[in-house]
Amino acid sequence: MRESLSIWFFSGILLLSYGLLIAGTGFYLLAHPLPKSSAPVLSQLHPDIWWGGLMTALGLFYTVKFRPR
Amino acid sequence: MFSAFASAASLAIVLAAPASLVRLHGVDIAVIAIYFAIVIYIGFYLKRASNTSEEFFMAGREMTAWIAGLSFVSANLGSLELMGWAGSAYQYGILATHWYWIGAIPAMLFLGIIMMPFYYISRTHSVPGYLHLRYGDGTRGLSAICFAVMTVLMSGINMYAMAVVMKVVLGWDLNFSIWVSSITVAVYVALGGLRSAIFNEVLQFLLIWLGALLIPILGLIEAGGWTNLKAQISARMGSEYVHLWSTTAHFKDNPMGIHWTGIVFGLGLVISFGYWTTDFLVVQRVLSAHSLRAARMSPIIGAAFKMAVPFIVILPGLLALSVLPVHLVPANVAAVTGQPSYNEVLPLMMVRYLGPGLLGLGVTALIAGFMSGMAGNVSAFATVWTYDIYGAFMNKKASDSHYVSMGRWCTFIGVLISVGTAYIVQHAASIMDYVQALFSFFIAPLFGTVILGMLWKRATKAGGFWGLLSGTCTAVGLWVWVDRDPSALRYVALSPDAKAMAADMYRALWSWLVCVIVTIVVSLMTRPRPVAELNGLVYGATKLPEEHDDHWWQKPIVWAGAIAVVFVALNIIFW
Repeated sequence: MRESLSIWFFSGILLLSYGLLIAGTGFYLLAHPLPKSSAPVLSQLHPDIWWGGLMTALGLFYTVKFRPR
Repeated sequence: MFSAFASAASLAIVLAAPASLVRLHGVDIAVIAIYFAIVIYIGFYLKRASNTSEEFFMAGREMTAWIAGLSFVSANLGSLELMGWAGSAYQYGILATHWYWIGAIPAMLFLGIIMMPFYYISRTHSVPGYLHLRYGDGTRGLSAICFAVMTVLMSGINMYAMAVVMKVVLGWDLNFSIWVSSITVAVYVALGGLRSAIFNEVLQFLLIWLGALLIPILGLIEAGGWTNLKAQISARMGSEYVHLWSTTAHFKDNPMGIHWTGIVFGLGLVISFGYWTTDFLVVQRVLSAHSLRAARMSPIIGAAFKMAVPFIVILPGLLALSVLPVHLVPANVAAVTGQPSYNEVLPLMMVRYLGPGLLGLGVTALIAGFMSGMAGNVSAFATVWTYDIYGAFMNKKASDSHYVSMGRWCTFIGVLISVGTAYIVQHAASIMDYVQALFSFFIAPLFGTVILGMLWKRATKAGGFWGLLSGTCTAVGLWVWVDRDPSALRYVALSPDAKAMAADMYRALWSWLVCVIVTIVVSLMTRPRPVAELNGLVYGATKLPEEHDDHWWQKPIVWAGAIAVVFVALNIIFW
C-alpha cells in the first residue's frame, strides 16, 4: 500500500496549527503586553501577529490543496 | 561533517555555564510538542509503505524532484551547521559564506548535470554500490566500512554537541535531550525507512526557514538596512569582515587566515565536490527520485535553496556584530570569563527578537535541524550496512524481507551506537576532534576515485583501490604531521600565516591529488576492463537516455545555468 497523504498536506497541517498558535499568542499579547524589561526588541511591530498570519494563510492553502480526496 | 563547529569539543567547555539563555512559555512548549507528535505520526503512517527493501532503503524511488531536492539540502542543514556557521560569521565575517556558495553550489550543479546520470542509470542503491560496479569489492568494502563507522560516530558526536546546546540554551538535562531526540529519530526511521526520513526532512526544512527567517528580517530593520549594517561592521571590526574575495590575496589580510587558492581549489574543488557528490548521506536522497530527470533536477533545486541559506545563517552572525550589546568570545575564553561564546550567537539573536510562540518556533527549528541530520546519518548507515557490508560480504542470499528487517534493526543499533558515542565523548571530549578529522580524511580521496571512475574508461580495479587507500593515508599523514608539529602548517598550507581552516583545505587538496595520481599511474600499469562492461557506469561508454522536455526551459541544464549566473552575480556583488 502506498501513502495517500501528501507531504505537503502534513506541511499544511503543521503550518496551520503553528500559525494559529503564534498569531493567537500575538493577539493575546496585544491585550496583555509583556513587561518592557522582558519584551523582545521591535515587539512594537507585532511580528507574532503577521508571521503567525502568514503561516496560517500558507498552512490553510496547503491543507486544502493537498487534502486527501 | 562539513560542519561548522570547528571544534565541537569546545562545546563541552560551555557546559559550565550555570543559567539557560532562553525561558520558554507554555505556548513554546506546545509548539515543540506538536512537532514531535507529527514526526512520530509520520513514521507510523509510512510504515505501511515501507515493506520491501526498495521501499525501505530507497523510498521506492518515487520522490519528486522537489521533495528529493529539499531533503537533499535538509539532510545537511543540521542545527549545529546553523549555529556553528552563525558563530563563524560573527568570528570571520562574510567570508563564512564561502561554505554555502563556492563550497556547495558548483558541486551540486555538477552532481545534477554530470554525475547523476551514472548514479541513476546504474540503479545503484549507494555510493559504495557504485564503486562495486565500477571497481569491484575491495574499493566497495573499504569505502562502506569507513562510511558506516564514521557515520554513526559522527551522529553520536552531533547528538552530544546538540545536547550541550540544549543545556546551555534551554537548561535541559543532557540525558533527556539525548534520549528523547534519539528515540524519536529511531522510531520514525525504523518504521518508515528512507521515505519517513525524507518526509520529515521536508517538514524540518520548512521549520528551519520559518523559525530562523524572522531574525535577519527584524535584524535588518533594527540595523537600518544592509548598507548601514556594512558601515557599522566596517567601523567596529574592519572592512575585511564584509568582503568575500577582495581580502583573500594574502593569508594575513583576512580574519580567516586563508588564501583564495585554498578557497577555490581546496574548498570549492575538492572538499565541496567530495562532500556533495560522494557522501552517501546526501546522495541517497537524490537516488530516491522517481525518474532520471527528477534525479538531475533535485540537486539543482537544492542548490537554489542552499544559495539562500546564508540569509538565515550568515546574516544573523553579521547582524550580531552590529546590534548585540555584548561581545562574544571563543568558547575557551568564555569558560574563563563567563562571557557568551561565538556559538551562542543564534540563540542570543532569537532571544533578542522572538517573543512567546515565535521563540518556540525558533527552538523547534533547532531541534528539527538536529533530528534531520541524525535521521540522515542513521538511514544512510542502515542502507550501507545492509547492502554493502552485510548483504555483500556476510549474507548474500537472504530474502528481501530479511534485508528489510536487518535495515530496521540496524537503525536502532546505529542509534544506540550513536548514543554510546555521545556518552563516551561526554567523558573524553577530545575524541570529537579526532573523529571529525577522521571523517574528513575519507571524503576528498573518495571524490578522486569516483570522478575518475565516471569520466575515465581506463581506470582499473587496482587503480581505484590503491588510489583511494593512498589518498586516505596521505590525509591521515598530513593531519598527524601538523598535529605533532604545528609549525608544519607552513608546508601543508604553503604559508607561515595560514590558520587551521586553511590547513583543512590544503590537506584535502593534496590527498585528492595523491589519490588521482596513484589511480592514474596504477591504472596505466594494469589491464583495463572491456568497454562493454562499463556501459551505464562511465562517460563515453554509456548511451545516456534521451530526455524529452516539452519546453526548452524545462531542461535541467537551463535551470543549472540560471543558478550558476545568480551564483556568479552574488560573488561579484559581495566581492
